[in-house]
Amino acid sequence: MDIIDILLSALRGAFAPEAAVYALAAIGLNVHFGYTGLLNFGQVGFMLVGAYGLAISVSTFGWPMWVGVLVGLLCAAVLALLLGLPTLRLRGDYLAIVTIAAAEIMRLVYRAEFANDVTGSVYGLQQFANPFFELNPIPTGSYGVGRFSYSERDLWVMLLGWTLVAVVALMVYLLVHSPWGRVLKGIREDEDAVRALGKNVFGFKIQSLLIGGVIGGLAGVMFAIGFQSVQPDTFNPEITFFLWTVLLMGGAGRVLGPIVGAWMFWFLLVLMDTSLRQALSAGYISDSILSPSDIGPLRFAVVGLLLMLIMIYRPQGVLGSRREMLLRDR
Amino acid sequence: MTDEPKDVQGAADERAELGDSEIVEARQLAEEAVEETVLPDESALAGLTGTPGIAKPDPILVADGVSRAFGGLKAVDVGHLEVQRGTITSLIGPNGAGKTTLFNVLTGFDRADSGTWSFDGRPAAGLAAHKMARRGMVRTFQLTKALTRLTVLENMKLAAVGQRGENFFNALVPPLWRPQEGGLEKRALELLDRFKLAHMRDSFAGELSGGQRKLLEMARALMVGPSMVMLDEPMAGVNPALTQSLLGHVRALRDEGMTVLFVEHDMDVVMGISDWVVCMAQGQVIAEGPPEQIRSNRTVIDAYLGTRYDEPGAKE
Repeated sequence: MDIIDILLSALRGAFAPEAAVYALAAIGLNVHFGYTGLLNFGQVGFMLVGAYGLAISVSTFGWPMWVGVLVGLLCAAVLALLLGLPTLRLRGDYLAIVTIAAAEIMRLVYRAEFANDVTGSVYGLQQFANPFFELNPIPTGSYGVGRFSYSERDLWVMLLGWTLVAVVALMVYLLVHSPWGRVLKGIREDEDAVRALGKNVFGFKIQSLLIGGVIGGLAGVMFAIGFQSVQPDTFNPEITFFLWTVLLMGGAGRVLGPIVGAWMFWFLLVLMDTSLRQALSAGYISDSILSPSDIGPLRFAVVGLLLMLIMIYRPQGVLGSRREMLLRDR
Repeated sequence: MTDEPKDVQGAADERAELGDSEIVEARQLAEEAVEETVLPDESALAGLTGTPGIAKPDPILVADGVSRAFGGLKAVDVGHLEVQRGTITSLIGPNGAGKTTLFNVLTGFDRADSGTWSFDGRPAAGLAAHKMARRGMVRTFQLTKALTRLTVLENMKLAAVGQRGENFFNALVPPLWRPQEGGLEKRALELLDRFKLAHMRDSFAGELSGGQRKLLEMARALMVGPSMVMLDEPMAGVNPALTQSLLGHVRALRDEGMTVLFVEHDMDVVMGISDWVVCMAQGQVIAEGPPEQIRSNRTVIDAYLGTRYDEPGAKE
C-alpha cells in the first residue's frame, strides 16, 4: 500500500473533468437552494437535456457543434419553465416532487425504443465533439507527477471545464451581491414578507430556476463534450443526490461552496476507491470480507457516512458560517 | 358565604375594589391618551355616527360586498366599509371574527369569493399582493417576518422600490445600480435611527429580540413608501414599554399623512390611539364609530366580552 500513490490519485480525481462537471451543476443547485430556497431534486434532468441537446443536434441532425451547445442550454431553459410555471406559485415541496419525477421521466423517454432514431436509446450517441478536440493545442503526452497526471485530452477538457466554473462562479458572485440577489435571499427567508414589500416573488423564483437550470444544462454540455459520449443511464437520479452532497459539504449559500464541495467529494471518492483496492491487493482486507466488485458501492457508502458526520458536526458545510446557520432554528 | 368570617369577606371585597380601581385608572389613562391625540382629520370624522358601512368624506379604501368562505364557514362577509384617509382606524373583534382574513383579502394575500374594493380611487379587487404593495398599501404580519439571515440593513434596502439592480441583466453590471445604493442606505439608516435600530445595522435580523423585530418590520414597511399601512396585531406579545414606543411610531405615521389600519386586541391601546374603530364579529362589520362611542356600544360589548347574566339589560 503506497500512501503517496493513493493521495496523488485522489488529488487527480479532485481536479478531473468529472469534478468540474459536478462543480458546475452544484453551482446551479446553489442558486436554487442556497440563495432562493428552491428544492430542486432533479438537477440531473437539466444536465441530461443539456448533454443530449448537444449530442442530438450534432449526431442526429448534423448541425455545427456551437449550435448544439446553444440548443443544449435552450433545452435546459425550456425544462426550467415547464417545471417552474405550474409549481412555483405553490408551496416549496411541489417543485421538489415535480423535479425528481421529471428527471426520471426524461431519462426513461430518452432511453425508450421509440426514440432510437433521435437519441440512440440505451446506446446513446457518440463522437459529436470532434471540433473541440481538433482545436487542442496541447502536445500529446502525459502531464503531472506519478498518479497525479493527465493526458493532453484531459487537460484540454479541464481547461474548458474549470474556466467555465470560474466564469459562472464570478457571474453568481455578481448576481448574489446585487439587489437582484438580495431579493432572492429574501425569498429564501420568507417569501410572503418579500411579497408584502412589493416584489414579484413568482417572477424572481422563475428567474432563479432558469439560471440554475441553465447552469445545470451547461454542466451537461460540458459532460457530453468531455466524454464524447452520452448514455441515458449516466443520468441516474443518484447524480442529483451526489450534487446535493457536494453542495452541502462545501456550504450552501456560499459562492465557492459548490466548488470546494466538488473537490472534496471527488478527492474522498477516489481516496476510498484507491485505498480499498490497494488494501485488498496487499491482503490487508481478506477476499472473504470484500470482493473487488464491492468496492464501487462501498466507497459511496463511506462518502454517505462522511456526509452524515458533516451534517452532524458541521451542518453549515466547510465554507458556511455557523453564526448564520444557527439563526435558522430561532 | 354567610358562614365565612367577616374579615375574609372584607379582604375579598378589597381585592375586588382594587381590581375595579385599576380598571378605572386604565380607562382614565386611555381617555387621556384620546385627549392627547390631535386629529388632523377630526373635523372630517366628527359628527359621523357609528352606523356600520357609513360613508366617509375622503375614503382611501372602499370595500363593497367582500366575502370569503372556507368550506361552509363564511370567514368574511363585509357589506360596505370605508376607511378615511389620514386616520388611524382599528379593526377589533373577537378571535375568529375574520379580521386577518379581511386583511389578507384586501392586501392580495388571499382571494375574495365575491366583492369589489378600491384603493386610492382605483379598483384593486383581485390584484396580486406585490402590486397592492407597489400601489402603496403595505402590510405587516401577525407573526413577525424578519428575514433572519439578512442583515438589518439588507432587510431595509430590500424593501425599497424602483431598484435598477433588481433587473437580472443590470445586476451583472454593478455600475448600473451601485450609485442607487448610497441613497437607499441613507434612507434606510434614517429610518433605523428613528426606530432605534441603527446600532444593529450589521446584525442578522435573526439576532434581534422579538420587540426589535416588530420595529424592524414596521421600519421596513416604510421603506416601500406606503400611503396606507396595514398592521396585523403589531402589539401582540410585546412588553408595555415597547407597546408605548410602537404606539408613538403609529401616531407618527398618521402625522406624516399615512393612513393606518390595524388589527388589535388590547382595548386600552385601541381606545387610546384610534380615530375610528371598526368592530367585526363572525365575518361582518357589526359596529363602527369613534372610540368613545364604540366603548359604550352594546353590540360591541356583547360580541367582544359575551353577555353576562347579571348585567342589567342582559338577554337571558
